[in-house]
Parts: sequence; structure tokens; C-alpha cells
Amino acid sequence: MKKLENELTWKDLEIGCIVTEPGSTREYRTGDWRSQRPTYDFKKCIKCGLCSIYCPEGCIGQNAEGYFQSNLFWCKGCGICSKECPTKVISMVNEEA
Amino acid sequence: MGKRVGIEVSLAIAEAAKMADVDVIAAYPITPQTHIVEHMAEIVANGDLDAEYIPVESEHSAMSACLGSSATGARTFTATAGQGLELMHEVLYVASAMRLPIVMAVANRALSSPLNVWGDQSDLMAVRDVGWIQIICENGQEAFDHTICSFRIAEDNRVLLPVMVHCDGFYLTHVVEPIEFPTQEEVTNFIPKFKYPLPLDTSKPVSMGCFAPTFIYTEAKKAQEVNILNSKKIIQEHWDAFGKAFGRYYHPVESYRTEGAKTLLLTLGSFGETAMTAVDKMRDEGKSVGLLKLRLWRPFPYQELRKAVGNAENLIVVDRALSFGGCGGPAYSEVRSALYSEKNHPKVVGFVAGLGGRDITVTEFENMVKRAPQIANTGAENEYEMFGVRE
Ligand code: SF4
Ligand code: SF4
Repeated sequence: MKKLENELTWKDLEIGCIVTEPGSTREYRTGDWRSQRPTYDFKKCIKCGLCSIYCPEGCIGQNAEGYFQSNLFWCKGCGICSKECPTKVISMVNEEA
Repeated sequence: MGKRVGIEVSLAIAEAAKMADVDVIAAYPITPQTHIVEHMAEIVANGDLDAEYIPVESEHSAMSACLGSSATGARTFTATAGQGLELMHEVLYVASAMRLPIVMAVANRALSSPLNVWGDQSDLMAVRDVGWIQIICENGQEAFDHTICSFRIAEDNRVLLPVMVHCDGFYLTHVVEPIEFPTQEEVTNFIPKFKYPLPLDTSKPVSMGCFAPTFIYTEAKKAQEVNILNSKKIIQEHWDAFGKAFGRYYHPVESYRTEGAKTLLLTLGSFGETAMTAVDKMRDEGKSVGLLKLRLWRPFPYQELRKAVGNAENLIVVDRALSFGGCGGPAYSEVRSALYSEKNHPKVVGFVAGLGGRDITVTEFENMVKRAPQIANTGAENEYEMFGVRE
């Protein structure tokens, strides 16, 4: 079974940390850089998609109801989506320890 | 059987890279390395070597081009000196961490300012921590031999590290020496073409030099450290194989007339030859003096050094570089710390000399031997002195 990222030892690494699996950047959990997370008041959302265009992480997609929502595995909590949303749908809240 | 040729050492280094059948050379000319890369360019332009010569716009680009070339599995060679080596600095770390077996000749030179193009080892010491294997040559034959042998070390699958072959600027690079050239067949047999295990290859894509988050960076550095430490015994293995094939044997620390010596000099590079003459003279006068020559700078040969020092009472380390506001000579500091835990370690005294092309003569080596006990007995915090400086 594949080891979890925090179980990898120095002996598990390829020479020179070479990555042999194409497309594996998706597995980078950038979400743990975050100190704040976006929350949504979808009643106000006009589904314009601006937040997803501005998100530097490209981690905003549409959920089952068609609302634009962040994927917290990658969301770095920068707050740009919240700042750019024309109808103030998104509020940033602190991540609790 | 090869032949003995009178040739400028720079040209011999280029000829060695040619005999190694390198695929790519990316270089920028700088004194005192210029003759190496000029001759390399000539060899390629004349069609004597089927290789790509990339004339880049700076040393930073030279090393960057070497990264790309080596990552495809091409045998890659370059050369630089002084300021050029400094301009490469950040890329040097990438080459070693990505485990790319580049071989680079360095014509050791002083660093600005004031501007000085002459020989010393300030450039060498400034790249101490970049993770490359570093070999220091004493004469032209060694520069030729180590250029060839370093490909075999670098490309060993257990090593896969870049290697610097250090040769004192001018003292080595610009002198004509008799050098034994092996035949092409002998060299080809000694360093057959290698296959990099995970090259850049569109049919089997890999990514190199990726981002490593905090959770894995420490593990990556540990792997790198274990790798270079383990390379020491493999370097000796290849030096032994070189000795068997070509009759010249090399070791991390070379000893000269050290039997029973109370005082030992320790040099790095070409000044070892003058020091040998000085030791001969002092031995003839009945003085108990010997000489150690440090050939392998990284990985540092701790056990070999301790063994070579033996029961000597005084050890004089001669550096041609200065660590400002710190330990004095970098090699002195390293040697002293290597001996610190030994029960009966000698008094270690450091001299910083031979800066910016200043010669160290036989008489000066004799004077160092006289001066050392006086410094050793002062008990000063840093027992080193800039030698021959006008007060
Ligand atoms: S906080 Fe930043 S990273 Fe997270 S979804 Fe909004 S724009 Fe993207
Ligand atoms: S920018 Fe605001 S309104 Fe537009 S899709 Fe995103 S959350 Fe909805």
C-alpha cells in the first residue's frame, strides 16, 4: 500500500527526489498552508464564476447545485475570492487549531 | 600503451574531456580557465569530438545548461574559475541535489575585490557546502587523471553526484608539463558510456527538481547527505581501479616522508610540490618534518586524516583562502575539528598564505615550521596567522 506523505522516510525517495508519476502535483496538499477558510452564503450567489477565475490556486469548482465552491485540499486561504465576489457571498473565517 | 606529451595543463584537461567522449560542454570563458574551454571549443569545431558545445552568456547559464544536458543522460563537462564559480553558486546546489553526474574543472582563483585574476583557493572554499564531490589536484598529471576518473565516479549508480576537479589557476593551468596520455581504447574501457537511471525521456516522463513541502524536505536532505558520505569508499574503489589500469594510485590524504615526524605540514593542491622540496631539505638537516596533502575535500576524509596524522606533535595547515572574522583558514578549521575528539591530537596551527597569486617558497615553508610552535604556545583563541603579510 502507498505510504501516507507523513510516513515517507528518506529511504523511500527516488534518487534526487525525482518524481516518476506524471500529474502527481494534484496530490500536493496545499490546503495545510491555510490560516483562514472561505465560507458561503449561497443565497446571494449569482453564479457568475468570478471567484473561480480569480482564485490563484484554481481550486474553485461548481458543486451539485451549480454553486462555485472551494476545494479545501488545495485552498491556501488567501481570501482573493472573498474580496472579488461582487455580491459578498464569501466570508473568510479563522481555522481553529 | 599511451605516450608522454609535453603540454600545457589546461589543454591536457580539455584533451582528457575529449578522451572521455563527452556529449555536451556548456561553458563561459574566464581567466585562468580560458585555455581549457578555448581548446574544448577548438576540438569540437575541428570535428575531433562529436559533441555539442554551448557558448552561453554567463556561468549561471553554463551550469543551468549542464543541468538540462546531464538530466537527459548526456555526459556533460564544463570548467570555470573564481568569479565564474561564484556566479554559478545557486545552480551548483541544484546539480548535486538532483544527483546529476556533471564533471567540472575549476582553475582556482582569488575573488574580487580588489580585482585579482591570480591563483588562490578562495573560490574553492566558497563552494564548500554545495554538495559536490571535490578533488584537489597537485600537478598536471593529476588534473588529467582526475578529469577522466571523475566521470567514472560521478556516473556510478551508487554515487550519481557532480564532481569538481580543482587545479590551481596559473600554477597548474598555465604551465607545460610532461603528461602521460593513455590510449583512447584504454580510456573508453575505463569509462564506458553510462545510462542515467531516470533521464528526461518523453516515453517515460519524470519530473526533476520539484517542489518539496516541509514534510519531505528534511528527508530529501538526509538522503543527499547519506549519499555523499557513502561515496567516499566508492571514490577509493575507482581510484584503485584507475591505479590498476594506469599505474597511478590516489588516496584522500597523501603522506610524504611522515614516518616518525614530530611536525607535519598539510597543503591542498599544487603547493604540495614545493612543500615536498622543503620537507626533503629539512629531513636532510635532521629535522623531524613530514607532509600531508589533502586530495579529497568533499566528502571529507575524517578517518584517513586521523590515521595520517598519527602521533605528530604539531600540525601546520596552510590555507590559500581566508574565512573573514571567523576561523582563519577553512581547511585549518576543518582539520582542527576533525582531530578535536582524538585523545592525543597534535597542536594545530594555521597559516593563511599564497593569496592572489603570491608564491610560497621553500624557505617560507621552513619558516612556517619554525614559527608554528611560537603560535601554538600563545594559547590564542584562534591559533592562526596570515603568513608573509607586511606589517
Ligand atoms: S481563499 Fe484563495 S485559494 Fe482559497 S478558494 Fe479563495 S481564492 Fe482560492
Ligand atoms: S464570485 Fe460570488 S457570486 Fe460569483 S460565483 Fe463566486 S461566490 Fe458566486
